[in-house]
Amino acid sequence: MIWQQLLNGLFLGAVYALFAVGYTLVFGVLDILNLAHAAIFTAAAFAALSLAAHGVPLPLAFLLAAAMGGIIGILLDRVAFAPLRRRNAGTLVPLISSIGVAIVIGAVLRGIYGVDEQHFANTGLEGAPAIRLGPVTFTTVELTIFASAIVLMIVLSWMLRATALGRSIRAVAADRVAAALLGVHLERTIAATFFIASALGGAAGVLVGLEYNSVTLDMGSPIELKGLAVIVLGGMGSISGAVAGGFIIGAVETLAIAFGLSEWRDAITFGVMFLILVARPTGLFGRRSLRQA
Amino acid sequence: MLVLDRVAVRYGGVQALDAVSLTVIPGSVLGLIGPNGAGKTTLVNATTGLTPLAGGTIVLDGRRIDGLTPHRVARAGIARTYQNIRLFGALDVRANLAAGAYTRTQRLDAAAMQALLARAGAGELDLDAPANALPYGDQRRLEIARALAAEPRVLMLDEPAAGMNPAETGRLVDTIRAIAASGIGVLLIEHDMRLVRAACDAVVVLNFGEVIARGTPAHIGRDPVVIEAYLGTGAESLA
Amino acid sequence: MSVLADFYAQHSQLIDQIGVNATLALSLSVSLQAGQLALAQAAFMGIAAYVSAILAMNAHWPLLAAIVTAVLASTLVAALLAYPIRRLRGIFLAIATIGFGEIVRVFANNLNVTGGAEGLSSIPSDATTGVIYASLAVVALGLLLLSRTKFALAVALVREDEYAARGVGIDVGAIRTLSLALGGAIAGLGGALYAHSSFFITPNDFGFARMEEILVWCVIGGVTSPLGAVLGAALLSILPEVIRFLRDYREVTNGIILLAVILFAPGGLASLWRARRRRAARTRA
Repeated sequence: MIWQQLLNGLFLGAVYALFAVGYTLVFGVLDILNLAHAAIFTAAAFAALSLAAHGVPLPLAFLLAAAMGGIIGILLDRVAFAPLRRRNAGTLVPLISSIGVAIVIGAVLRGIYGVDEQHFANTGLEGAPAIRLGPVTFTTVELTIFASAIVLMIVLSWMLRATALGRSIRAVAADRVAAALLGVHLERTIAATFFIASALGGAAGVLVGLEYNSVTLDMGSPIELKGLAVIVLGGMGSISGAVAGGFIIGAVETLAIAFGLSEWRDAITFGVMFLILVARPTGLFGRRSLRQA
Repeated sequence: MLVLDRVAVRYGGVQALDAVSLTVIPGSVLGLIGPNGAGKTTLVNATTGLTPLAGGTIVLDGRRIDGLTPHRVARAGIARTYQNIRLFGALDVRANLAAGAYTRTQRLDAAAMQALLARAGAGELDLDAPANALPYGDQRRLEIARALAAEPRVLMLDEPAAGMNPAETGRLVDTIRAIAASGIGVLLIEHDMRLVRAACDAVVVLNFGEVIARGTPAHIGRDPVVIEAYLGTGAESLA
Repeated sequence: MSVLADFYAQHSQLIDQIGVNATLALSLSVSLQAGQLALAQAAFMGIAAYVSAILAMNAHWPLLAAIVTAVLASTLVAALLAYPIRRLRGIFLAIATIGFGEIVRVFANNLNVTGGAEGLSSIPSDATTGVIYASLAVVALGLLLLSRTKFALAVALVREDEYAARGVGIDVGAIRTLSLALGGAIAGLGGALYAHSSFFITPNDFGFARMEEILVWCVIGGVTSPLGAVLGAALLSILPEVIRFLRDYREVTNGIILLAVILFAPGGLASLWRARRRRAARTRA
């Protein structure tokens, strides 16, 4: 029983981690909390829904939707953050700005899709074979979702470490002024960061939509705040921390459910997060630079 | 009177201050000099409670102040200026002076504020000017005025002449001597040796967290140990 | 005269809402003036709303007693919360307080006495427009008087530079606790008034969405300006009604207006107000 719960926690955690990585990437590079992240998560899920409904095969729909999420991320930066950067507006104002964009995205989605819950039709996901491995059972769908999340995070990690873009991102995260002086193209790097972060967030949205076969306007709400708990746990600005944090929070939640405390699981998650912040005011692993990705 | 007795401060594995003893006497100016990284600002931070001591005691007018929180140390009668100016930038001169007088029961009126500014050598400043719009030298002088507003027993000045031209530095000498003459004990951290020679009654030299020499400014200027500390490889890191 | 009476009759709900929202905005403004991004206002509001409603409904307490007790409850919680969060700054403080808000919401969702997810209904709605605006006036007057005191100076100094504030003898921890408690009291008042002027309350009324709303009012109005907070709350409360004719495009318009203010009037409405007065003074001179 406990193994099944832990496996569930693993699967849940993978998605949380994927979502949180987008948060932490933007925070690490720009010191802002992007509260439109959850809206992009939702928008990508709807996009995948529409694409699939028009006959696009799921894997392609997934990639396209994630990419669309990435593009929304770039637009988000252009509209809501870049102008504020130019006038040194601090960290509170961009936060509010992101709320504004989130409202607009939500309203547009509502206009296009209405308020009802939507489902992926005829994807062949129903009746997916269940695999039994010792004490645990899971479906191929769940496995694919888990694997996708892991692969994406590995790719991100590699990209940050091994590519020129990754180096630029880490440089800007460490010291924006120095990076610019050293020839890093600031705006391009920031745009790339938003693309990646939002594409990952969008990918998480599509995966969650597929996992529960449910796409709704407020599917981003529960995960929006959980994502904060994840990055507090993992260290603001740390990719590996976001991954670790995601899995820990996933485990905490499923264990809470396993122990019959399902209705209290959010309070437990945030309670743990709160206690960590009290004990370590800059998060469990503190402010790590993306260098340690 | 401020007495530091064998004060020690440790940062991780590094001994930032090692058995440092010095005395600041009311009415006199004590200079604290030494190469970069010697521990001068650390000493001020330790005295004002920002950094915990790893050993030793700090006594102000017979009362132990080591271990007190920074705001209690300020209330006990120690005021300071900062190496990198820490004015309340967005607020005006008036508010900065009112801030300095926070612990005083008497509210400062405009006349009292002008008097403080005059004592700091900034008598021409407009009370309504925003602090961060002032020229650099005026900002430093305002910081001194703010410190004086607290009516401190001891005033610690951390490189007040940084960025000043020779004329301003000359006026600063008069300002500092006048402050001491009013009964306050002054600790002056400085790199500018002419200022130190002109303003200080005594000097303590720090290097690598230790006192390597003490005496009059003239005496110190000729001390071979001191000269070596400045001209030698003092720039290497403490690790 | 009857024109006014008609206007009131048609819009009394909105007018009450503006009063409550202005109170809530002021409560956050207090924290923001101290430089603390403490986003627990919605939680304080919720705690007081439930306490007041429960006392009025289950224990049949008169309105004044229920509200006062509710405000005391939210103030106490705020003062207690100040201790564990005393070392938190910036985004970490924001996240911790958001987490606290979620914990409160879960409690409200799960306890019997709060009616669980369905909340409480048939709350005696005797918080009339007069009561709401009288309370708002008291709060506004109180804050105005407070702004002339040393406490207000200390709050501004703590916001500007915490270290220098310590250096001039200010007990930063005490100031932060007091400002959080004050914010908790005002938010509690707003919450209690909300409970007694709405027909029902549910846990979702006091969650992160509400907190975001209050934050938006304050930032639109001008982060550190109490007047701005009130203006922001009023404007954004009226807006949905004014653009009602846009029907389905209301939400989008809300978001766009928010962005417009952020991008083009960064100091918020309060800075526009001050700029107008300065220009008027200059043209007079």
